[in-house]
Order: sequence, then C-alpha cells, then structure tokens
Amino acid sequence: MRQDIILAGVGGQGILSIAFVIDNAALEEGLNFKQAEVHGMAQRGGAVQSHLRLSSDPIHSDLIPRGGADMILSVEPLESLRYLDYLSPDGIIVTSRSPFVNIPDYPDIEKVLTEIKTVENKLIVDSENLAKEAGSPRAQNMVMLGAASPYLILSEKILKKFVRVLFGPRGEKMVATNLKAFDLGRHAAV
Amino acid sequence: MKQEVLLGDEAVALGAIHAGLSGGYSYPGTPASEIMEYLIKVSDGGKKFVASWSVNEKVAYEEALGVSYAGKRALVSMKHVGLNVAADPFMNSALTGANGGLVVVVADDPGMHSSQNEQDSRYFVQFAQVFCFEPSNHQEAYAMTRQAFDLSETLGIPVLVRMVTRLSHSRSRVQPQPPREQNPLKYGEGKEWTLLPVNARRQFKILIDKQRDLIKASNESEFNSLDINESNTEIGIIASGIAYNYVLENFKDEAPPPSVLKITTYPLPEDLVKKVVEHVDTILVVEEGYPFIEKNIKGLFGITGKEIKGKLNGYLPSTGELSPEVVRQGLEMTPLPKRKIDAFPMAARPPQLCQGCSHADTYRALNKALESYSQANVFSDIGCYTLGALPPYNAIQSCVCMGASVSMAKGGAEAGVYPSVAVIGDSTFAHSGLTPLLDAAAVNTNMNVLILDNATVAMTGGQPTFASGEKLQRVIEGLGVEKDHIRTIIPLPKNHVANVQVMKEEFDYKGLSVIIAARECVQQARRRRGGKSE
Repeated sequence: MRQDIILAGVGGQGILSIAFVIDNAALEEGLNFKQAEVHGMAQRGGAVQSHLRLSSDPIHSDLIPRGGADMILSVEPLESLRYLDYLSPDGIIVTSRSPFVNIPDYPDIEKVLTEIKTVENKLIVDSENLAKEAGSPRAQNMVMLGAASPYLILSEKILKKFVRVLFGPRGEKMVATNLKAFDLGRHAAV
Repeated sequence: MKQEVLLGDEAVALGAIHAGLSGGYSYPGTPASEIMEYLIKVSDGGKKFVASWSVNEKVAYEEALGVSYAGKRALVSMKHVGLNVAADPFMNSALTGANGGLVVVVADDPGMHSSQNEQDSRYFVQFAQVFCFEPSNHQEAYAMTRQAFDLSETLGIPVLVRMVTRLSHSRSRVQPQPPREQNPLKYGEGKEWTLLPVNARRQFKILIDKQRDLIKASNESEFNSLDINESNTEIGIIASGIAYNYVLENFKDEAPPPSVLKITTYPLPEDLVKKVVEHVDTILVVEEGYPFIEKNIKGLFGITGKEIKGKLNGYLPSTGELSPEVVRQGLEMTPLPKRKIDAFPMAARPPQLCQGCSHADTYRALNKALESYSQANVFSDIGCYTLGALPPYNAIQSCVCMGASVSMAKGGAEAGVYPSVAVIGDSTFAHSGLTPLLDAAAVNTNMNVLILDNATVAMTGGQPTFASGEKLQRVIEGLGVEKDHIRTIIPLPKNHVANVQVMKEEFDYKGLSVIIAARECVQQARRRRGGKSE
C-alpha cells in the first residue's frame, strides 16, 4: 500500500497545515511517510509545494519522481498545473477552482480550468465559497483536505482527529470552523 | 520511547539533546534554522541546557568551543555559507581538539533554494582533516548526531554533520533512544588549546597522526553499507547521503540492483571503496553537491582498467540538486512518462515582499531619491530585502555575502561611485556590518548606509536581533558616525515625500551618513499579536 501526493499552493495558503494532518494520521495508522517542504525565501508569496509519500513499505526518496505521483492536491488552480509533470498516467488532480492572483501574467482562469479538465481523473472544488460557508475564508486548505480525503489511504476519522489537534490551541470555534470546512470539502467530493 | 514526527533538522537537534547536550549555538540561515528553533523550544528557557542564537556563526562556533573546553557537550549549527564565517575557529579547533564532544552541523543547499552558492561542506571537512557524518534519512540524522558526540570525545576532534536542504526540510518519523546525562564540568588544560607556534606544531602533528584512526572509524561505521551483487561485475554504484535514496528509488520495482556502496562517513571508508571498485568494471558515483567522492577516487589519472562515471564526465549534472529522475538518467534507465501543458506558458510565481512590508516603502523612497542623480550604485545584502533586486523595485545592484553591502559601498565610493549606497538589515548589520562601518567612519567615506531596522531576522522566520531601535542608534554613534548624519525615517506610504527628502539631504552630504528605516516586520507583528505568520 503506497500513495504519493504533491501538495501545492501559494505561500500563506496553509499547505503545511494539510501536511501536518496527513503526516500525523499516517503515523497513527502505522504507515511510513516522508514529507519534503520548502522553507525560507521561496515561501514569501511564491509558489510552494510539498512532496508527501505514504507507504506500508520503507520509503527511499524524500522526493516523488516526475511521472510518479498518485495525486496532486492543490489549494490553487494554476498551482495544480505547475506540477502536472509529476502526475502519473492514472493519477488524480484534486484542486480548488479559486485563483490566487498576485502576479501580473496570471493566465485566463477559464484556460486554466479547461487544461485541468483534460486530465482524466480530476476533482475541481469551489473552495473559496465552501470556506466562507464554513465560517472562514482562510479554511480553504481544510476544504481541500476534505475533498481529497475519500481518495487518501487514511481514514476520515483519524484525519479529523488531527484537524482537531492542529486547531485545538486556537480555540473551539476555530476547530469547529475547520471541521466544517473539511466536511463541506468531503461532501463536494462524494 | 515513543516515535516522533520530525523535520531532518529537528532529528539532529533531538539527537544532540539525547546525547547530553549542554550548550547549543547558531545564527539563523535556511536550511539550518530549525535546529536551533527546536533546541530553544525544548531547553525550557535554558533550564535544561543552553540554546541560543548568536550574533554570527563565528561567535556561535567559539561559544560552542568554550563549552567543549569546559568538558561539556556542545553543538553549533549553521547553513553552508555560515561555515565560511566560522572558518577561522573551525580550522583551528581541529588542532585544539575537543574536550567535551563538539558537533558542527552544517546544512548545504544544493540547488540554491535560499542561498547565494552551493558550496559543498565536505571540502571543509577534508581541509580541516576532521570527521564527518552525512545522514541519508531522519533516523540516521538522529543517530549519527548522537554518535558524533561520542566520536568527537574518543577521537578528540570536532565532528561535522553534513545536512542538505532536502533532508533538513523533510519530515518523517524517528525512533528516539533513552537520553544520556550531560558531562560534568571540567576545567581545561592550557597547553593543547594555546596555539602558540610551539604548541600548534605539536598539535598539528597529533591531528595528522589521528588520520589513521579517522579512516578506521569510517571503515567500521555501522552506517555505511556495501551490498555486492555477485552476478553483476559490469557496474557498481557509490552513493552518499540522500543520493543513496534516489538510487534505491529507481530500483524499487526492478530486478536486484547492481552492487551499491552507501557512504555516510568521511574521510572515505577506503576499504569499502576498494572492495566495490575491485568487483566491477564501471563505477557510477552519485553524490549531492560537488563531485567530492568522484574526484577523490579518480585522483589525477583514474584507476587503470576501470571507468568512473559521475559529474565530471556528464553522466550527472554538475550544478543543481539531485532528484530521482536526474539519478535515473545517470543510471541510463528509461524515463518515466511525463505530462505537459500545451495550452499556455506556465506563469512563474516568484517569492515577493509581503503585503505592507516596510522594505517596499523604503525602496520606493530610495528609487525616487536617486532619480535626482545621473548614476548611483546600491550595494545590498542578505535578507528579505534582497528581493528588492526584482521587479517592481529593481532597486539594488549587488548581494554577495553577509555585511558586504557596507564594505563594498566603501570600496565603490573610493573608486569614485557617487552616490554609493549600502542597504542592510538590522540583523545582518549586527552579524557583519559593524566592522566595515567602523572602517568607513574612521575615514568619513562619502557613502550612505541604509539600515532596514525591522527588529527581527525576517527571512528565516523571526528570530531575535541584537541591535535594533535605540540600541542600534547608540551602536552607530559608538562606531564614530557623526550624530548629525544618523537619521531615522519611518517607511510608510504617508511619509514618502519626507523620506525622499531625508535621503537626498544625506546623499548631498559629502561624508558618511547612516539612515535607519525603522518599522517592524509585518509577519513579526502578527506573531507578536499571537496570530500565525504566513
């Protein structure tokens, strides 16, 4: 049993929070995992990605080979395409449809979405509105984690346990908002 | 003990703590910062052990050396270019030796994710003639750091742990072992540590004599492994550190791989290298960084009857970071199928200054002020403000190393550049800007130093700085800069016109001036208010 996931987004969108939940869920389920992050200069409002590998066998490389990812999970549509060369022939893209425009040459969003739709397995989620519905526009990352959850080799229950662990220190309201965001995302997927 | 989820950097830190660490010192720098962040978090405000940011890497190294002198275990951590700053004590500590275990963790940055070069610290190891571990995974990062302390005490030398960005910033699980107690305090003896020529000659001889023990330790290390494939005498692979993972990754679903020697210790484990070289006709050397192993094995003339492939003859690229697919090419295996986008060119999303960043206001004012002069040079330094080199600012024309802005502005001014402007952050100024400013003040050079005082080390996540606010002002006065030409501005859009005016006044002054642009980092302000930074 193994799963290789590219997490993508823009610095500040909280992809490392998604990684935290998946890492800890993997540990709890007794899986090996490696998760490569980008820190430092690249984080400042730039494209960020994380390679997340889960396996019941030992994992060698911290990086996923190009052409080998089972999933691209992106909080931003253009960013989901930036790593398209990592996706394996039968891999799935799970992405937000809400563009984060902080560059002058952001392509036409319709073209971006059309390109995503050329991939056979894809799930495009309105994370912006679902996060607002959950109570916080910043919860788009948890919407996307929820949307990806049916495809992950991890149980929903354990994932949600670590959503609670992650947001617990910031109060019950925060926990409730993010769990709702997760549920709305998951509902959008199934 | 319970398994933990740790970054590679954190695994190093935990290994040090469990080895009985008494003092840890560092200066922030990607990808090494998280080592000290973790130590500080666990140190319980210094009650368990000392964990502290130092003003620069040289100071950090010497503080650690002092702990070792007193018989206790010390760790000093830094990014690769930090070892250039600490090179003086590093080289000499190979001669003094270590009393308490002294471990130097250096994180290299192949691919320059957040650095100005990709120098390979293994050359420093060879230069100083000390021992080095190069972990390939998190468990090894933990275990090797622990063992590095023991080895440092047994061999009486500092031991280096070479990390690389990919491991430093990758997270995985680690199985810790029961911790060891700290060493007792022991006052040092003077002779070995007083490097007068008469003593240094003896100490250097001792270091040279130790080399056989170092090679023996490398040959016998439990962390190296040689898997001989008896039936394949054509090709064998020598892979070090995380490069070993990329090799195995490519043989994951394949028939048994060729013979593989995994190297994680330096000096090179000569016996193991010899065994694999004897077994095969062709050797592929896979290593992250420079072709260090490759060159050492090859020497000037190569090995008769053997072919050695690697970075020197183009089987692997000589620049940038390795990856599973780069190594796959070196192994001459069929590439995996890859998708590509045809519909539109992928727009780059480079890093940029944060919304509301004080540096943006400073650069807008600086660009405006310099419009009045036909030519000018702005020498900059290492920090978030280096992003001022990119659009829309295009405000700076150099970034070389910590503190170089001030010294280069002085040299530029002396060559005739006017206005000659240095742009440096408060932490970089404390790190390496004080001494060149003392130099410039001594001769009242016609130049301008713009200190961007945002009261934190912003780029690496908001570590404390040593000279900010009023203290910074007093330090600059103390260095001999004329009080009338130490000006402070608040970089905010509403102050733009006034700030441009201050800059022009000081550019027109024929002598040394310092302008402090003081406003807190927006990310740090958010953290201080209890929120999360982005």
